[in-house]
Amino acid sequence: MLSVPCPWCGPRDETEFSYGGQAHVAHPAEPDALSDHEWSDYLFVRDNPRGPFAERWCHSAGCRRWFNAVRDTVTHSFLAVYRIGDPVPEIS
Amino acid sequence: MSTGWRLPSGGRIRREEALRFTFDGDDHRGCGGDTLASALLANGVHRVSTSISHHRPRGIFAAGVDEPNALVQLEHPFPEPMLTATTVELFDGLVARGLSGRGRLPREPDPARYDAMHAHCDVLVVGAGAAGLPAALAAADTGARVIVADEQSEFGGTLLGIRDPLDGAPAAEWVGAAVERLAGRPEVRLLPRTTVFGCYDGNYLLALERRTDHLGAAAPPAVSRQRIWRIRAGEVVLATGAHERPLVFADNDRPGTMLAGAARTYANRYAVVPGRRAVVFTTNDSAYAAAHDLTHAGVEVVAIVDSRPQAAGAWARRCADHGIEVLQGHAVVGTSGTDRVTAAHVAELSDAAAGAGSRSVDCDLLLVSGGWNPAVHLFSQAQGRLRFDDRLGAFVPDQEQPGQRVAGAARGVLSLAECLRDGAAAGAAAAARTGHEAPSPLPLPSVAELPESPSRPLWMVGDPGGDPPWHRHFVDLQRDGTAADVFRATGAGMRSVEHVKRYTTIGTSHEQGKTSGVAAAGVVAEALRVAVADLGTTTFRPPYTPVAFAALAGRDRGVLHDPVRVTPIHGWHVRHGAAFENVGQWQRPRYYPRRGEDMAAAVLRECRAARESVALMDVSTLGKIELQGPDAGEFLDRVYTNVMSTVAVGSIRYGVLCTADGMVFDDGTVFRLADDRFLATTTTGNAAAVLDWFEEWLQTEWPELAVHCTSVTEQWATVALVGPRSRDVLAGVAPSLAADRESFPFMTWRDATVAGIAARVARISFSGELAYEINVAGWDGLALWEALVAAGARSGVAPYGTEAMHVLRAEKAYPIVGQDTDGTVTPHDLGMGWIVSKKKRDFIGKRSFGRPDNRRADRKVLVGLLPVDGDELLPEGAQLVEVADPPRPPVPMIGHVTSSYRSAALGRTFALALVQRGRERLGQTVYAPLPGRIVAATVTDPVLYDPDGARRDG
Repeated sequence: MLSVPCPWCGPRDETEFSYGGQAHVAHPAEPDALSDHEWSDYLFVRDNPRGPFAERWCHSAGCRRWFNAVRDTVTHSFLAVYRIGDPVPEIS
Repeated sequence: MSTGWRLPSGGRIRREEALRFTFDGDDHRGCGGDTLASALLANGVHRVSTSISHHRPRGIFAAGVDEPNALVQLEHPFPEPMLTATTVELFDGLVARGLSGRGRLPREPDPARYDAMHAHCDVLVVGAGAAGLPAALAAADTGARVIVADEQSEFGGTLLGIRDPLDGAPAAEWVGAAVERLAGRPEVRLLPRTTVFGCYDGNYLLALERRTDHLGAAAPPAVSRQRIWRIRAGEVVLATGAHERPLVFADNDRPGTMLAGAARTYANRYAVVPGRRAVVFTTNDSAYAAAHDLTHAGVEVVAIVDSRPQAAGAWARRCADHGIEVLQGHAVVGTSGTDRVTAAHVAELSDAAAGAGSRSVDCDLLLVSGGWNPAVHLFSQAQGRLRFDDRLGAFVPDQEQPGQRVAGAARGVLSLAECLRDGAAAGAAAAARTGHEAPSPLPLPSVAELPESPSRPLWMVGDPGGDPPWHRHFVDLQRDGTAADVFRATGAGMRSVEHVKRYTTIGTSHEQGKTSGVAAAGVVAEALRVAVADLGTTTFRPPYTPVAFAALAGRDRGVLHDPVRVTPIHGWHVRHGAAFENVGQWQRPRYYPRRGEDMAAAVLRECRAARESVALMDVSTLGKIELQGPDAGEFLDRVYTNVMSTVAVGSIRYGVLCTADGMVFDDGTVFRLADDRFLATTTTGNAAAVLDWFEEWLQTEWPELAVHCTSVTEQWATVALVGPRSRDVLAGVAPSLAADRESFPFMTWRDATVAGIAARVARISFSGELAYEINVAGWDGLALWEALVAAGARSGVAPYGTEAMHVLRAEKAYPIVGQDTDGTVTPHDLGMGWIVSKKKRDFIGKRSFGRPDNRRADRKVLVGLLPVDGDELLPEGAQLVEVADPPRPPVPMIGHVTSSYRSAALGRTFALALVQRGRERLGQTVYAPLPGRIVAATVTDPVLYDPDGARRDG
């Protein structure tokens, strides 16, 4: 089980969290301006990288706050956590 | 009853503690400290089972968790199947029998208690043997928090089963002192009888502690029988030791054939000799030590058959001193005997393949050692990489995962002195990683060891024999898998050990390849003429040893399995005989049967009460979310499909929530409580999901909106009062409330005093009838309910349950999210285009309604179905087709039934269905093919009752 470093509560068991998929996929400001194809990309298409991946987590059985994390999808290790709205941190 | 196999002195057993036990119907005696296996051997019992496929006699083969043969069923004190005799601690009154591969689960419920503990530590040491103990000592010396878990009844591991002295004294004395020192440290937790069986991400490990199994009937009932430990460790030291490998030759399965190290353990730890006259067949030095210890115990070792052309020099000289013949470059190629081995057939290795020149050596014990496989199970579960070590003929840890280190035999270290050093180094390094430095290096005991000679791995040997060849050369004793089976698999084209494993079932039994895994890989490698290193191993998966489901369930059984939620009025429902159904975790009354009524009759009666006079329902389970803040109205406009910000204080609006793809996610009503306060209701099952949904959008997309959401579901008890006489009943208990049609219109709410209780009364209807929902503080719920029951008595008020509620709403085509929808249904599909705002610039899901797929003319839409036979009740989920006489499959499905009931108001059955182009089919007939018949139904508008809404205002 992953130990997820909640930015507010510290490391907690994965079972306290819910997963929110890829981060930085903003709801388009003007959906009507998008083609059907662009809109379906927003709805359905996500990255699936091998390696670092910026994704959303929610400490749903804890502080109930959403945050972003960069996790290595190979090792499952968390490389960074940061607040919603902040840019993806540089991973050295 | 012979106990002539028990040595007069020595061992770790407690001779003063005489224990009676029964095996396969025979009474025996053993000692405290025995395992069932050591006690059986002390009574001369070798044969413990019959093999599952070939029905061959099988004996005790190992001394620990790697035992492939001695599966037993405990019968008393509590039936438990599939245990290994080598790991069952003997207790007085134990009754067991040998198993032929399959056990029997008890019919009666397990009376024992199981529980779980969560633990955190700096360093977890797995295994308390020659490497684990020094690791634990070194880590503990730094002041780090240490947990030491070992599967055996006492710490020491192999050290309990050898005669090599440590610091000139018996090894067990050093073990005792080490354990005492550890026990004296406040930050150290010692867990004997605890098997770490799973190793997961983030150094999260699961262990099973057997707390009272060894006490038999004397186990105190208040103490949990087994406990699961969930350990989060900063650093892990895996000192899990190694398993000895058997050798593959003809008839290598006869009782009396045993791993050399196991025999050594039986002699030294349990003071039992497993035979009188032994032949030892080995590829490495370790069996020499076993031979010497057995000689010391009085066993005549007739020969050591060593596959190496030049055997261990120092050991060979010592053998000569004891008169033991050493046959270098030889192999055992077969055995004689039926229930017990009577002779080993020995041949020079160069002749062995030809089957020539073997000679028979009489013996009643054949010890085998094919080398040692490091117990890399936990290491591999944690995704640690393995490499094949040619010198050891085994897979050893290559690259450790961060936070883990492997020590001692578990990483292929063979000598005792090196294991001690390796463990101490690993323990100190692990502690240092957690910020704990040792004041000084751990002093280690001195060991006198003979120099080690390299081993010579041998995968299979001897005469292939009869038809088919190699069919008596066993690779997996439990599965009765032979080298012939492996050849059949490779002959069928299998090239991967994973495929061979599944084709042959070798390595799939309770021991999961502990004895058979590498041996099988070796045979596959020979068959394919490739290197074992290139084949790799099968995947190691948890659990390391079998774990009972009862232990995993722990306390989460029966009523504790899942939380049960009940409303404040629940006791009344129980007292009045309600039949309940689970809705999520809620228990809701489904119907209230009267004497002699079945569900159908009760539901018809409850529906009639609601339509003809008055009925009431406990709707406290509906989700309730209060939204506060200056932007609450704006937020609701963005999440609901219609406009909510224009609802006046005191009014209510129905709304639908869609996901971004435009599919219906939930529905409910929104009350405006104040300019900046709203109350949103949700379906019972989706309350948590809707709150999560609101929070997700507020936190991740619109943090600029000042809105706070609070679940108030359980703060309120809510009673629906329904029916044409509901206004009279309400007026009777709420005299100060102006309840007339003009003063209290539909979709408004009023604060009022109802039956003397402060209440929020809403005029909402989920039945189409004149109806109210009366909300009071949770603790007043029962009083309100009882007051309404009393006030409605003269009108014949009836409580009704979820089933009648479903019928009433279906007659009005009010959909139930999750029943009439399934995540592929838009509001338009439900005929609810009116709920989708065309004015709002945007809301969640809006853009998706324009997607081509959602504009298709042939989408499934909600319609009503009237079976042509008004007594026919269509099953929910029934598929619908266009023709009464379907052609050969595949037959196009045009939809399915989502809801189906008997209607009191209509005097017949009806259904709701999602049907392609449903609105174009009104008046047409569709067909539901059911087993053995086809039911015809007419498509109708879904609103079947009071389509003009005349009854709503009473």
